[in-house]
Parts: sequence; structure tokens; C-alpha cells
Amino acid sequence: MIYREAGQYKVSYEADQAIFPIAQDRFLILTLLAVAFFVVPFIATEYLYRAVLIPTVILALAAIGLNVLMGYCGQVSLGSGAFMAVGAYAAYNLSIRLPFLNPFVCILLGGFFAAAVGVVFGAPSLRIKGFYLACATLAAQFFIDWVFLRVKYFTNYAPSGSVNAPPLQMFGYDLSSPVANYMVALGFTVVLALAVKNIVRGHIGRQWMAIRDMDIAAEIIGVRPMYAKLSAFAVSSFLIGVAGGLWAFIYLGSWEPAAFSIDRSFQLMFMVIIGGLGSILGSFLGAAFIILLPIFLNQALPPIGGLVAWKISTATVSHFEAMAFGALIVFFLVVEPHGLARLWSIAKEKLRLWPFPH
Amino acid sequence: MGLRRLALLGAALVSAGMVAVGTAEAQGQNEQFIPGLVYRTGAYAPNGIPFADGVADYIAMLNARDGGINGVKISFEECETGYATDRGVECYERLKNKGPTGAAYFSPLSTGITFALTEKAPGDKIPLITMGYGRADSRDGQVFTWNFPLLGTYWTAADVAIQHVAKELGGFDKLKGKKIALLYHDSPYGKEPIAALEVLSKKYGFEFLPIPVPAPGSEQKSQWLQIRQQRPDYVLLWGWGVMNSAAVTEAGNVNYPRDKMIGVWWSGAEPDVIPAGEKGAGYKALMLQHTSGKAPVYADLEKYVYSQGKSLAKPDEIGAVLYNRGLINSMLGTEAIRTAMAKFGNKPMTGEQVRWGIENLNLTAERIKQLGFEGMIGPLKVSCTDHEGTRLSRVHQWDGKQWKVISDWYTGDDTIIEPLVKATAAKYAAEKKITPRDCSKEN
Repeated sequence: MIYREAGQYKVSYEADQAIFPIAQDRFLILTLLAVAFFVVPFIATEYLYRAVLIPTVILALAAIGLNVLMGYCGQVSLGSGAFMAVGAYAAYNLSIRLPFLNPFVCILLGGFFAAAVGVVFGAPSLRIKGFYLACATLAAQFFIDWVFLRVKYFTNYAPSGSVNAPPLQMFGYDLSSPVANYMVALGFTVVLALAVKNIVRGHIGRQWMAIRDMDIAAEIIGVRPMYAKLSAFAVSSFLIGVAGGLWAFIYLGSWEPAAFSIDRSFQLMFMVIIGGLGSILGSFLGAAFIILLPIFLNQALPPIGGLVAWKISTATVSHFEAMAFGALIVFFLVVEPHGLARLWSIAKEKLRLWPFPH
Repeated sequence: MGLRRLALLGAALVSAGMVAVGTAEAQGQNEQFIPGLVYRTGAYAPNGIPFADGVADYIAMLNARDGGINGVKISFEECETGYATDRGVECYERLKNKGPTGAAYFSPLSTGITFALTEKAPGDKIPLITMGYGRADSRDGQVFTWNFPLLGTYWTAADVAIQHVAKELGGFDKLKGKKIALLYHDSPYGKEPIAALEVLSKKYGFEFLPIPVPAPGSEQKSQWLQIRQQRPDYVLLWGWGVMNSAAVTEAGNVNYPRDKMIGVWWSGAEPDVIPAGEKGAGYKALMLQHTSGKAPVYADLEKYVYSQGKSLAKPDEIGAVLYNRGLINSMLGTEAIRTAMAKFGNKPMTGEQVRWGIENLNLTAERIKQLGFEGMIGPLKVSCTDHEGTRLSRVHQWDGKQWKVISDWYTGDDTIIEPLVKATAAKYAAEKKITPRDCSKEN
């Protein structure tokens, strides 16, 4: 009853082609954005920023990037951690070698470096597909890990191989407070997410989806596979690279290649699969699920154990966390193989019929 | 569709729970909060558990025996990091504001987490005690105001290891033309000593051969093949967790003499040699001053902690190297708080006050004896310019059953270490746009 578009007539092409053609959706998104930008800063604690909001927002951006490649273009990639690393190290090197550049400009430029590297490692996708492509991108992961561990130029000859982000400033303002960090990360993510949403609705996104659904048919109707696949790799790596820069500069502050190891690639892949392939919203939901659930389990178990007078040790909590986390992932995938985004669209369908389901 | 409804319900419940967990619980008003970043699970747990138990037991003993520090009770809470940097940062954020004055200090026991927290500590005004680990250049208190690598850095360790090799060979002039390999954990932790060893190899004329082992280090076949081909005269081992026992076992397999291997103090505990069985006999390691065994402080631990069933430690852990190190870690931290209380009064200290306490920590031999730590550590005196406090170390050897001290005390050679510290600290200050403090103006 509430969620029903009856009576919303579209009288112009613009209205018909809007990102959110249904008024309720528009309203919901605007409210969410308003809450994220204007309400959260007044209620969030520092812990919430540093441990929950900032990592979720940044990794959601990386998940969107991977979703472009996996969800929209159908190219499996296990190298997303590596592309994050390229973004982070490129941003670091730019800020060290060109000190007049603003750190946020460095992060954006780092995204372009990641895009270039992504295109290079995406080139094999023209010939190899599926699991074999996963192997090729896995090679990218290991190669890039190796480069940042071994080539000392990239770490500015630091004795330990660990590098530090420059101070975060813009126009003389210090942006190192958690609120500022959150706003910057959110700004990057929202702007880029909207841009991607538009790209996937346009002719480029349609080419990607054509390739994903059946590449031979797509080629026959005139989609150039090289252009489509490489553009997907470029856009995806750009987003992942920017996320990598943000992760390094804003969240970690100091990092080593282990921060962008194969584990990170798998984590992003789980986010995309659990959130929903081919859905921007799913990337956010997946990121929130993967980041929040372990922290939640870790903190909720001792009080729950306290209810039945059981003092749980730190080690037990952490074993339980791993077990419950794994079980929940399997449960969600069994119940809804299309991810959390699909749950949301089912909820919308139900809302449309409510209160008179047939 | 029942399951699907359940899933929706579950998602709703979890999000409601998140909000509930976010709200903080009440804390005692006159308590000093000390956080513990631990790893009791994961690849490094065999080494993380005894250390964590030592840290917790010493604090439990202080609470039971003295009612805390100068009458201020200590509240202590652990958070599991699993040795992962991002979880460590989450734990830090979770614990830093607990208690009436926030966390007194953090001891992350992980080089990666130390690096990440080094960026955050100055903003939050919480000191980091990285006893025997962390950035080697962080001993320069003028640049690293909040870092305290007490008892020794990796550059001190590298220098002492070479001193011991020279002594075994019969003099520094004998080092010329020798080949010394460094088998290291391929992470900031393992790479830290390379800078110092490169300088030392130039000075003494030995050939330096760094050999990285990818984390976690359980697979070292190719590295030991390299060692067999290159035949170094000595192998320095810079490993942690499973990498140490794997290295000692592998050395036994290729028959590399174990007494030509010298581990850093993080490669010289029981979990590192016991899994290797007989192959571990003869293996040597640096000591972070102390070895295994029970100092007089154990009498009080027995009386107030073990006999009361308050300890998580297993019987074979008690008196082990890493357990002792945990005790020392808590002792140094609580003594620093005591030092701070002497200036600021007997109430819970803030991180800033504790920082002052660590910087002015002066443990004389007499005080160490009073605390029951006689024979475990030598005297140390921290200052604004020197956050390390002391550069003493010894070497002990595993005879197949226990560790035996086989050397006298060595002191790290500051003519070699200090220029390195100054140079990298200055570089860090330039990158981070930090103006170094003027120590002559500190009280």
C-alpha cells in the first residue's frame, strides 16, 4: 500500500530514465543519504566511526568495483586485493614524490594507476574465461604482492618495508578527525557509486551485461569484447584502487603489503557474492555483513554467555565467532543464493502487495 | 519460504543487536584500565597464549595482593586480534576509552599492529609499550613521543647477535670474509634488522645474505636448499610462531649445525624448539634479558593467583620464556603507572600521565629485587631521548630439555645503532611533517 507506484505518471523521457523512477525509492535514498551525512555525525561515537562506519564505507566502494567486474561483466577476479595495493602504493608514492599534491588528489590519481594495471592484467580475459581467468588474476595478486615486498623504490627505501600515509589536509584544514575521515570516505563512495550506477544503466553497462550473459551472442550483435571487457577491468580497478588508497590513508595510516593480501581479495569476493552479484545496493549490504558480523559476534557472545552464568574466555569467543560466521554465510547462501540484495527486492515486492497479498 | 522469512528476521535481529552493543556499559569510577591485545587463536597462538597469560596473571596478582597500584584497582580486559592488523585496530578503538581515564597503554605484540597504532596513538594520547619489538627507530623519543620499545629494539638485537658470533669466532677481525645469513619472516617484523645488518656487514667485512620466508613460514624447503647451497657460517633466525619450529626442524633435516643458528628473542622460547624434538638441541637464541625459570615473584603469583584458580595458564606454561615476558611487560607498565602516580597523585592515570611515567621510569637493581624480578632483567632508565631504556642482552641455548644461559651480558653498540636511528627517525618526521621535541626543555 505504501510502496506502490500507481498514479506516478512519467510525462518526460528524463523522468522515465531517472536513476530511481519510483518516488518512494527516491525518497528512501535521499533519506538514507541525509542520515548518513547529517544525522550520523551527531550520534556516532569514535569507536563506531573507526571500527564500523569507515571500514564499511571504504570496503563497500571496493566491493562495488569488484561487482562491476564480476557481477556486471561476468569476469571472475581474485586480484582485487592487489589492485587495492596498487591504488594505495601509487597514492603513497605520488604524495612522497610530488609533495605539493593534496593527499586526496593522490588517492584519485592512484585509482588511475590501478586502472592501468587492471587493464594490463585484464588483457588475458580476451582469451581465457571462467576459472582459468580466476587463475590469471590470482597471478596478478601474487605478482603485485611480490613487487611491493621486494622493489624498495615503491616503499621509499623504508627499512621495514612499511610505509606511512601523509597527514590528511585540505585547504589548510586538518582532516584527521574521525568525523572528517568518515565524511571524506563517504563522499568518495557516494559520488563514485552514483557514477557507477549511471554507467551500468548506459550503453557501456549494457555491453558488459551482454558479455556476461553470453559473450558469443554479444559479439554477433556488435559488442566489441575487447572494448567491453577491458573497460570493465579499467572501471573496476579504478574503483578498487581508490578504495585501496582510502583504506591505506584513512583507515590504516601505516601499512605493508600484507594489508592487501589474498585474504583481502577473498573478503571482497565474499562481500560481492553475499551482497548480490550485479547490484550496487548488494555491495553495500555485503560489505556491512562481512565487516559487522564478526565484530558483533565477538562482542555479543560474552554478555550472552553471562546470561547463563558462563564466563567465556577470549579464545572461545574467537573460535565461536569463526564458527558462527561460517555457518551464517552458508545459511544465507542456501536460503538466498542471489544475495542480500535479492532479499531486499523480495521485501519490496511484498510491500507492493501489502496489506492484501494474494 | 519459511527459511527465507527466518533469514529476514535474523538480519533484522542482528541490526538491532548492533545498536544495543554500541552502547557502553558502566565502569568502576576509581579504577585504572589496562587493555590487553592478545592472540589466543590463529597461526601465532602457541606463542601468543603464554605471553597473554603472563600479562593477565601479573595484573591479577597485583589486584589480589596490593589492591592494584597504590590502592587504585586495575581493571583489565582482553581483545582478540588473531595477529591481524585490521582486527587489532578495531580492538584498539574498542578499548581505548574504557575506564574513567581511558586505556593506560597498549602492548599490541605485533609489529603490524604497532605500525598502525603508531599513527593513532599521538592523536589519542595513549602510549605504546612495544617491549622488544616495533619500529627500531621509535626509540628516538624526540620524534616518537608515544612509542616505548623498552628493553631492546631489533637493531640492538642484530648488533648483539653479531657480537656473539664475533666472540665465538674469537674476535671481530675474524668476521671478515665470513658469510652470515638472515632467515626472516617476510613482514616489517622480519625486515627491521636488515638495515642494521647491512651496516654491520660493511663495518666488519662479512657477507650478509638475507633470505625471506613468506608468512606464516611453515613451508621453508626452498630457503633451506638455498642455505645448503650457499653454506653460510651462521644463520640468524628472525621468525615468529610456527616459522621458528619449522626452521629448527628444517635445519635438522638438512643437517645444518643448530649451534650455528642464533634466533632473535622472539625465536627463543619453548614453543619454537619443542615441536622440533631432538633436532632442536644446540639451537641458540638471544634473550630479551630473561630466560625461562621462576624468579622470586612466583611465590606471590602462587599464593594469590594459581592457588586461587584465577589463572588461565597451563602448568607447563608457568615459568616459560614467553610467560615470563608477559609478566615483565605488565610489571614495566604498572611500574610506569606507579611512577606517574608519584607525580600526579594516587588516582587513575590518563594516557598522557602514563606516558610521562614511562618516560621517567627508572628501575634500579634494588627496585627490581624488591619486585621479585631479580635475575630476569637488569636495571633500566628511560629518558626523553632514549625510549629503549637499556641495550643489554644475553644468549641462551636449548639443550633438548631446557634453556641454558651460555653468555655474559652484551651491550648494543650505540656508535652503530644511533646514527641509523637518527637517520630513519628524521626521515619519518619529514614524511609525517613532525617537528621533533626539544628534550632539554622536558622536565
